[in-house]
Amino acid sequence: MNVADVRKAITRAHHEEWARVVASLTRRFGDLDVAEEAAAEAFATAVERWPTDGVPPNPGAWLTTTANRKAIDRMRRENKRDDRQKEAQLLYDDDPPEPLYAIDDDRLRLIFTCCHPALAMQTRVALTLRMVAGLTVPEIARAFLVQEAAMGQRITRAKTKIKEARIPYRVPSAEEFPARVSGVLAVLFLVFNEGYLATGPDTDPVRHDLTAEAIRLTRLIRALMPQDGEVAGLLALMLLIEARRTARVTASGELVTLDEQDRGAWDAALIAEGHRLVRERLAAGVAPGRYQILAAINAVHTSARDIRDTDWSQVLALYDQLVHLDPSPIIALNRAVAVAELDGPEVALAAVDRLADKLAGYHAYHAVRADLLRRLGRSQKSRAAYDKAIELAGNTAETASLTRRRDQLG
Amino acid sequence: MQYLVSVIYDTADLATPEEMTAIDAFNDRLIAEGHWVFAGGLGAPSSATVIDNRGEEAMFTDGPFLESKEYLAGFWIMDAPDLDAALKLAAEGSKACNRKVEVRPFL
Repeated sequence: MNVADVRKAITRAHHEEWARVVASLTRRFGDLDVAEEAAAEAFATAVERWPTDGVPPNPGAWLTTTANRKAIDRMRRENKRDDRQKEAQLLYDDDPPEPLYAIDDDRLRLIFTCCHPALAMQTRVALTLRMVAGLTVPEIARAFLVQEAAMGQRITRAKTKIKEARIPYRVPSAEEFPARVSGVLAVLFLVFNEGYLATGPDTDPVRHDLTAEAIRLTRLIRALMPQDGEVAGLLALMLLIEARRTARVTASGELVTLDEQDRGAWDAALIAEGHRLVRERLAAGVAPGRYQILAAINAVHTSARDIRDTDWSQVLALYDQLVHLDPSPIIALNRAVAVAELDGPEVALAAVDRLADKLAGYHAYHAVRADLLRRLGRSQKSRAAYDKAIELAGNTAETASLTRRRDQLG
Repeated sequence: MQYLVSVIYDTADLATPEEMTAIDAFNDRLIAEGHWVFAGGLGAPSSATVIDNRGEEAMFTDGPFLESKEYLAGFWIMDAPDLDAALKLAAEGSKACNRKVEVRPFL
């Protein structure tokens, strides 16, 4: 096996085994910190040894054994007595009250602990990327444009809180389960969105590393909770958005809106997988949640070979369903875009203007208005709306696209 | 595992009779289910005195150690197996006393 193959094997093991190693060590030692450090050491040892010793036949087992040894070494070094260790242990519930899923995987406990509602949203994101996805602290700091030391501190504080406040290491009870799953999905969607529309003047407009990480984590959760409709919905949604990634930004770094994208550049395999998931949820015959509806909307868009083939009445019907579940003004704004296609820009503009109070500080509100005003031939008002949208937009590619549209106004 | 559940409030108003009834019922439940350790309501912050005896003689200062809009109006100390259980109890406590609460673990 050559060096490149070994490196590939290590990367694959890191993707496939990191969360499993951290999760099983956390259960065994009752300490996230010990688990994280030992897992990192085990992978460092693999990097050192595999090129000469060869890749072990079962990399996962090798890594777990090595990490276990490293953890025991550390405990010995720190001379922690058994009773003290027990006292500081994370609470581990050995017999869950009602097993919800056939696979009672330690990784599920890990995910639910990292996404616990008693932790701040940003902290949940950071902790999930570190403990479950295996990103390093510098990688996470870079992803969210935070100083490395600050990110390190955030993660350390979170681990301390988990231990001191006794956030349990378990899959939530049936009663809490739906709310806790949506908490986990919110974390994953936030990671995805930060990659999909990165904020900040100095970042790439699309951060493929983050969208890929979010998809990888959602695939893992889907494998662990295959019956959950919203998990499937979120995965489908991400895949259908990711499929359009290469068509979304021009070579010169300008965002391309859906109507102007080269549909031939979309990733057919990702679209097929996304559509399959949406069909699976439709066949389930259970009332869909918001991610499933969003996925269905994206399935309609990605089914049209040309923007003119878009089934807007289907899109609008799905938005109507979504507004019912989530009466947020952002959903209402997106619904208005579909209204414009069916009932014309005049009707849509009236709907958008009703959102002024709530969305005046949101760039997309002004961008949608600008577009509708342009279609109605009200250039001056359109220009003012573009100006406002440009002022508020945080994404470089989006600013470029809005600027071009404004400058094309007659 | 014990948790301090602090009741946070922004005026010196005492609990209304309805709130008192709800608090009593909640306390009875805490006792019956084995979560009760201690609880109490506190006088207004203006009745506090700060003492610093780290120097040569004790210094007494009238008033609370921190002037703030919101302050500690009372507290529970509860026994719970983990944070999930403590948060659930605290949420019921907040409903009963009709005020915000903060949950903090004892070490």
